[in-house]
Amino acid sequence: MAKLTVNGKTIDVDAAPDTPLLWAIREQIGLTGTKYGCGVGQCGSCTVHIDGEAVRSCSITVGSLKADQKIVTIEGLSPTHSHPIQKAWLELEVPQCGYCQSGMIMAAAALLAKKPKPTDADIDEAMTNICRCGTYNRVRAGIKLAANA
Amino acid sequence: MTHALDVSRRTFLKSSAVAAGGFTLGFSVPFGEAAAQGVLPPEVNAWVVVKPDDTVIVRIARSEMGQGTLTGLAQLVAEELEADWSKVTWEYPTPGQNVARNRVWKNFSTGGSRGIRESHQYVREGGAAARMMLVQAAANEWGVPAADCKAARSTITHTASGRSTTYGKVAAAAAKLEPPKEVKLKDAKDWAIAGKPLKRLDTVDKLSGKQVYGADLKLPGMLNAAIKDCPVFGGKVASFDAAKIEKMPGVRKVVKVGESALAVVADTWWQAKTALDALPIVWDEGPHAKVSSETIAAMLKEGLDAEQAYIGNKAGDAKAAIASAAKKVEATYSYPYQNHACMEPMNATALWTAEKCEVWCPTQNGEAAFAATVEASGHPAPKCEVYKLHLGGGFGRRGMTDYVRQAVAIAKQMPGTPVKLLWSREEDMLHGRYHPITMAKMTGALDAQGNLVGLHMRISGQSILASVNPQALQQGRDPVTFQGLNPSGPEASFGYTIPNLLIDHAMRNPHVPAGFWRGVNLNHNAIYVECFMDELAQAAGVDPLEFRRRLMKSHPKHLAVLEAAAKGIGWGTPAPSGIHRGLCQTMGFGSYVAAGAEVSVDAKGAIKIHRIVAATNPGHVVNPDQVAAQVEGSFVYGLSAMLYQECTVKNGRIVEENFDTYPPLRMDEMPKVESILMPSGDFWGGGGEPTIAVAAPAVLNAIFAATGKRVRSLPLKNADLRRA
Ligand code: FES
Ligand code: FES
Repeated sequence: MAKLTVNGKTIDVDAAPDTPLLWAIREQIGLTGTKYGCGVGQCGSCTVHIDGEAVRSCSITVGSLKADQKIVTIEGLSPTHSHPIQKAWLELEVPQCGYCQSGMIMAAAALLAKKPKPTDADIDEAMTNICRCGTYNRVRAGIKLAANA
Repeated sequence: MTHALDVSRRTFLKSSAVAAGGFTLGFSVPFGEAAAQGVLPPEVNAWVVVKPDDTVIVRIARSEMGQGTLTGLAQLVAEELEADWSKVTWEYPTPGQNVARNRVWKNFSTGGSRGIRESHQYVREGGAAARMMLVQAAANEWGVPAADCKAARSTITHTASGRSTTYGKVAAAAAKLEPPKEVKLKDAKDWAIAGKPLKRLDTVDKLSGKQVYGADLKLPGMLNAAIKDCPVFGGKVASFDAAKIEKMPGVRKVVKVGESALAVVADTWWQAKTALDALPIVWDEGPHAKVSSETIAAMLKEGLDAEQAYIGNKAGDAKAAIASAAKKVEATYSYPYQNHACMEPMNATALWTAEKCEVWCPTQNGEAAFAATVEASGHPAPKCEVYKLHLGGGFGRRGMTDYVRQAVAIAKQMPGTPVKLLWSREEDMLHGRYHPITMAKMTGALDAQGNLVGLHMRISGQSILASVNPQALQQGRDPVTFQGLNPSGPEASFGYTIPNLLIDHAMRNPHVPAGFWRGVNLNHNAIYVECFMDELAQAAGVDPLEFRRRLMKSHPKHLAVLEAAAKGIGWGTPAPSGIHRGLCQTMGFGSYVAAGAEVSVDAKGAIKIHRIVAATNPGHVVNPDQVAAQVEGSFVYGLSAMLYQECTVKNGRIVEENFDTYPPLRMDEMPKVESILMPSGDFWGGGGEPTIAVAAPAVLNAIFAATGKRVRSLPLKNADLRRA
């Protein structure tokens, strides 16, 4: 049994300590907005925030986390889904299938929190998530729109 | 309008409606029975349901997988319906309903960029018929001729008296009327909803994690399954030792799935996968265990000069023209296996009982998934149902039903328990339906003036139809092989007139299963033709655009997009220092496409793609913003394939198991894309795929301009572009 703090709530999670955080979030906590894409840290579909950092939740185990670490998933990013990134995404119609977009949004939100006015180079460095539908140019435009909001 | 369903079907629908009604899911509850009882809002016709609060529900038969087809189809229906767009929403009818109602929604298949181009006529007619019935219902109520009433924004007005009512108020009465025998559709130039860059109907839930994909489905009492199919195609399970993992946490059952696969069913998917990875399995690898990329290449190479070949396009005598050419140019190209690698791995959830079988799945072809469910479940069609969920990417892969059959086969061994089967990324990579592998030997004949007088294009390699649907072969010949190379026709015709032409195909089918991979055969055909056109132009000493123009006089639509892309990229004007340009064009999926690329290559051989200009004539554009999104996305898909992606074969199996060895292009490599949409209004073409085919050749031609090197074997990561 591990204690995790997810979206402001401390939860007892009945998962073996070597369970990846991704699967504890999806299967024990029941929040399926965080997606499985590769399981090996390549795609970023599983991105969540841990103490404000964008982290690939497939590549960190439940047992390595402490109860006071603040985990935020896409469901907890904004109570009204009105984070500037979410608003920009809607404005520019960023998602296609949308499967990668939870991770994209979480990565972009973490970037903006650190660098409110990111340059193209900052975006290139922070946004290494995979999108098979190919929304990259709208993701970039969305980050810039949110930065200037 | 009422729809007779047979009694057993009604009972079943009712029970499944009750079952599904308890879950909060993104799909619609079967509506036939409930609507008949007045529980659901009236169905004006199969395509249009109007609620008392004026919400218009448009039924969408095709699958949404990111390509925007659902919004586009809703726009077309709403246009003819004269609906208030702000109150338009949508739902999927189920494949079982389609069968029960005599295919009232026609084809559910969503592939070949056909979602809109194949159904625009009848969905618009559905919208128009519903509008006429709503107007008629209002006219009946007022006792006036329908011709004296007008509909706009979901409101009906009697012109003379100024009386008005809304769709929601008359929908129940309209639903009882006979549908009109004849409907007249609007001219596209009068469109107010269609043709406009309206917002998608399915974006909001994708921003908050709320959108339920197949992989996210939760049903009460549901268990989870992970699966391993024999990694060597054609192999089988020889033996396995279930006892070794049965006590692992959460494990409920180890089941055999057909002859070739094993699945572990557990409380959670992570437990199932962990146990499956620990399961000792001995495979009988079957007859293909020694096949490798090298043996496949040798097989294809032999086909390049083989006697027998199927003819795709022929004019004059190409071989004679080549024999007597002033200058002969020859080059051999090749294109690898590639996996679709949808962002969401394959999955399906099934519930099997002795009485019925229900499946929830992301599918590009609801009817095929339904047929697979019927077959795998052992139940007759009226006792089966499939509920479509949003797809985390499709790209052709989800037109197949292998994962649906597996889910049903597993659920059948767990009667009464819903089981969600989710593939790992590794399973997804090892059990794709791969982009076919081909080579092409291109031989061109130039006359003394540098005109192309003869061309022989010999394709050697895999047929998709032979793998997916062998019944569709025409006396052994696969017509789909010649995509973009056909003599004429509205689907995918060759854009050049060459007096002596032979395009033929030596079919060589390795054991790796081929499938429809977004862009299909157009992808490699366009590379072969368009890169070789550049080689010919160079040999003739003629500018590549000018060289093509000479051959395109009878192909004005092909030429128009090429000219537009050339102009957009600045062809013929000086490029910024270090930047080089390439051009290409093709036709496929009923649309004309061309691209120009600007590329630089540094001394170490690293490429940067700076800018792409794409020109598209899809005939009609229903949502320009979504077509632009498809064009942008197509470059990501096409350039990923060109730069990095290949599935190699060793010991009969695919080597690349995840994105570390099968990387797509990422944001830092993504060029700017300018999209020129130039619909000519006289036909309906597709938008989701054709552009992929022009991504690679435009860039490869620019790379030649930059380096003097021809890359003829893909992916590009294997080529050395360092300056000599
Ligand atoms: S699922 Fe975690 S990076 Fe892909
Ligand atoms: S929107 Fe489909 S994978 Fe990114």
